[in-house]
Amino acid sequence: MPETVTVVVNGISVTMPAGSMVSAAILKTGITAFRRSATGEPRGPLCGMGRCFECRVTIDGEAHCRSCQTVCRDGMDVRTDG
Amino acid sequence: MTAIKVCDVVIIGAGIVGAACAAECVREGLSVAIVEAGIVGGGATAAGMGHLVVMDDSEAQFALTRYSQQLWDEVSAELPREVEHDACGTIWIAADDEEMAEAERKARFYSERGVAVEILDAHALREAEPNLREGLVGGLRVPGDSVIYPPCAAQFFVDQARTQGAELFLGTAVEAIDADSVRLRNGTSISAGVIVNSAGSWSPSLTPGLEVRKRKGHLVITDRYPRFLRHQLVELGYLKSAHSLTADSVAFNIQPRKTGQLLIGSSRQFEVDDAHVDPSILRRMLERAVEYLPGLRKLSSLRTWTGFRAATPDKLPLIGPHGEHPRLYLATGHEGLGITTSLGTAKLLLAQIMNREPVIPIAPYLPARVQESLHA
Amino acid sequence: MADALVIGAGPAGLAAAYRAAQAGLRVTVVDDNPAAGGQIWRGELQKPSSREAQGWFEKIRSVDIKLINGARVFQQTAPGTLLAETPEGVCELSYRNLVLATGACERFLPFPGWTLPNVMGAGGLQALVKTGLPIEGKRVVVAGSGPLLLAVAAYLRGRGAEVLLIAEQASQLRLAKFGFGLVGKMSQAFSLKRQLRGVRYLSGCWVTAAHGTDKLEGVTLFRSGKRWQVSCDYLACGFHLVPNVELAELLSCVVENGCVQVDQYQQTSVENVYSAGEATGIGGLELSLVEGEIAGLAAAGKHDDARSLFPVREQQRKFAKLLNNTFALRDELRQLPEPETIVCRCEDVTFGRLREHSSWRAAKLQTRCGMGPCQGRVCGGAVEFLFGWRAESVRPPILPVRVESLIRSAE
Repeated sequence: MPETVTVVVNGISVTMPAGSMVSAAILKTGITAFRRSATGEPRGPLCGMGRCFECRVTIDGEAHCRSCQTVCRDGMDVRTDG
Repeated sequence: MTAIKVCDVVIIGAGIVGAACAAECVREGLSVAIVEAGIVGGGATAAGMGHLVVMDDSEAQFALTRYSQQLWDEVSAELPREVEHDACGTIWIAADDEEMAEAERKARFYSERGVAVEILDAHALREAEPNLREGLVGGLRVPGDSVIYPPCAAQFFVDQARTQGAELFLGTAVEAIDADSVRLRNGTSISAGVIVNSAGSWSPSLTPGLEVRKRKGHLVITDRYPRFLRHQLVELGYLKSAHSLTADSVAFNIQPRKTGQLLIGSSRQFEVDDAHVDPSILRRMLERAVEYLPGLRKLSSLRTWTGFRAATPDKLPLIGPHGEHPRLYLATGHEGLGITTSLGTAKLLLAQIMNREPVIPIAPYLPARVQESLHA
Repeated sequence: MADALVIGAGPAGLAAAYRAAQAGLRVTVVDDNPAAGGQIWRGELQKPSSREAQGWFEKIRSVDIKLINGARVFQQTAPGTLLAETPEGVCELSYRNLVLATGACERFLPFPGWTLPNVMGAGGLQALVKTGLPIEGKRVVVAGSGPLLLAVAAYLRGRGAEVLLIAEQASQLRLAKFGFGLVGKMSQAFSLKRQLRGVRYLSGCWVTAAHGTDKLEGVTLFRSGKRWQVSCDYLACGFHLVPNVELAELLSCVVENGCVQVDQYQQTSVENVYSAGEATGIGGLELSLVEGEIAGLAAAGKHDDARSLFPVREQQRKFAKLLNNTFALRDELRQLPEPETIVCRCEDVTFGRLREHSSWRAAKLQTRCGMGPCQGRVCGGAVEFLFGWRAESVRPPILPVRVESLIRSAE
């Protein structure tokens, strides 16, 4: 079982401990705006447990994925909307 | 019986029809009371799609929707931001040659009457809406159609009416319509020269014998997908669904909201009183939708709900004097076109109250027509 | 078909599953996270952080239980059958007995700047750090209310964060009644003494605003009439906990004051549906565990064994009552939002707009507050506190799901 995993966030490779969530990988790159709100405010994770929906990003082409509940997998393509 | 208010007109129901009528009445200089058992725009106004659409089921339906659409165009600049008015247009979709022939017939009907239309072949259809599946034959684009968020429109008209002196009684249920007043459940009454029953699917409970039946519909709304859809899309088979008076039916009907959310419909059921979401109807409706838009499958859906349209036997609303009750007017039975025709309804109602020539012929919408056909 | 289907793999769910399996039932546990542990034991299945967690994970491994992770229950398709969405599709879950151990979520209250990136819940920031966010050297203000703030502060400090202070809105008087005279006493009660030595714990203190342009740069704090600013990288702010009751409501279980109502055997108003843990009322770890055990035993028909645990539960309930009284929210927090402060984050509905309406239904319809993806989970706790508005009954899906999952739900 590999100890680390590498995902790609907005084209940048990020290596994380195995079992990390995509949200942590995004924050590790220094990105704080995961998405834009209805009126264009930058937003990032709030609840960390899949209920606030502020952490949504596009993962492997699927929009509105809750990054705080998605485990990083090697080669995952993550796009923020900030 | 204590009359807590005396006014020219009391309007029962603050859905979009009642609200539009109230705004029109105060514009005329009449004193108005609006009585609403729940909240403004909480019935079919809240549940349905706010599609401002011109329709051609009959000359009378066309006249009323066309007249109303022109009124909406006149007021669109004034509408607040929350009404989310969007002139996105409609595309009627033809899945086969028979439906394409229907599209062409519709195109002729509309252009003969001055409504701008554009026939789309298969290629043009895919260009206009890239997420539609391959293999559709074509469609009819009606650029003059638009969409709104109805509850805020109803609130806007109510606010307009109140600014000019109308009094709003919210959370106030009507017990009965008496000879010259409306009796409220709390024991008081409102006395008025004209009483308007615009209570939508509740209108028969206040006016016994009214030929208005509930027609249940289902809807689903998705999360935001801003570039997925540009126009309101309706299948031409929709008409087959709207025509049936007995069977449960679903038809593809989808609306892009200004928010980027997609509002998916539609279904029609008679003789169903409960508001629960029926999973089998929902499934049929969604399966129909994904037939046209395969990419819909993977989209995130946020909520499902139902609503009740107020339907009449001939699919035209009741606008005008009750006939037997000297002060009672009806403004109800709009089925799936209440949002569009609310403005035309208000004008036609006022024309009759004020004994003026209406802008379009009134006969097809008179309540008396139904009573006549019953007695015939 | 499971003899006992447990929703939630936190302490209550695991305790219920263990007892039911031990009694010979076929048990399935379903959780929306990638691994068991709930919030408090998040990510600890392989590396427990306490003897208690270790003990319970060992118990779970010692019995035959089916564990389904990454599954989100969204609908009931027939009595006795739930439907969950997974990354692959949907998963049908049939049961004879159901245990709802759905836990709780933090209560978020709006204040100017609370929507800035890097303003998170207290449990929220902890969850992010547990799942890989590097926090070493970062300056963190922990604020809000409840014992969770201490656990979070201690955890973050242990991971190298610079915890600048803990702002607890409860007054010194209330905290003292709970035996929380000084930070020392309180952390003793929660075995956090060593980890929190030197961290300022300010009672009767709260954040009045968060500042920054694109992300958090600092906060304004208020205490005893004084206001001052603190620069920081993260604000971990949550106001105690709110039970997660949507699934119980979907199943028509009686819910009162936001808590699933249960009898002495943890059975809800619906036959064969039990509930345990924070969903029945906030009470902490020990109460969740014993409630879970009682529910699991009752589901297995072991009522004598269940009764033997009643005294422990009673004792823990006393603690829970004291806990909730201590951390009751003060009125001043209702004055925090300004007219432009966003209350509904999904639809960006401001406090000023919401104030115009006299009912939750009217507010929802006119502003679309609560109609976004969170389905009122975040703004619900706030509008209840600010306006006294309670959420109405739920409709399926109780979570956003793919359109194709809704289609599958009618099969």
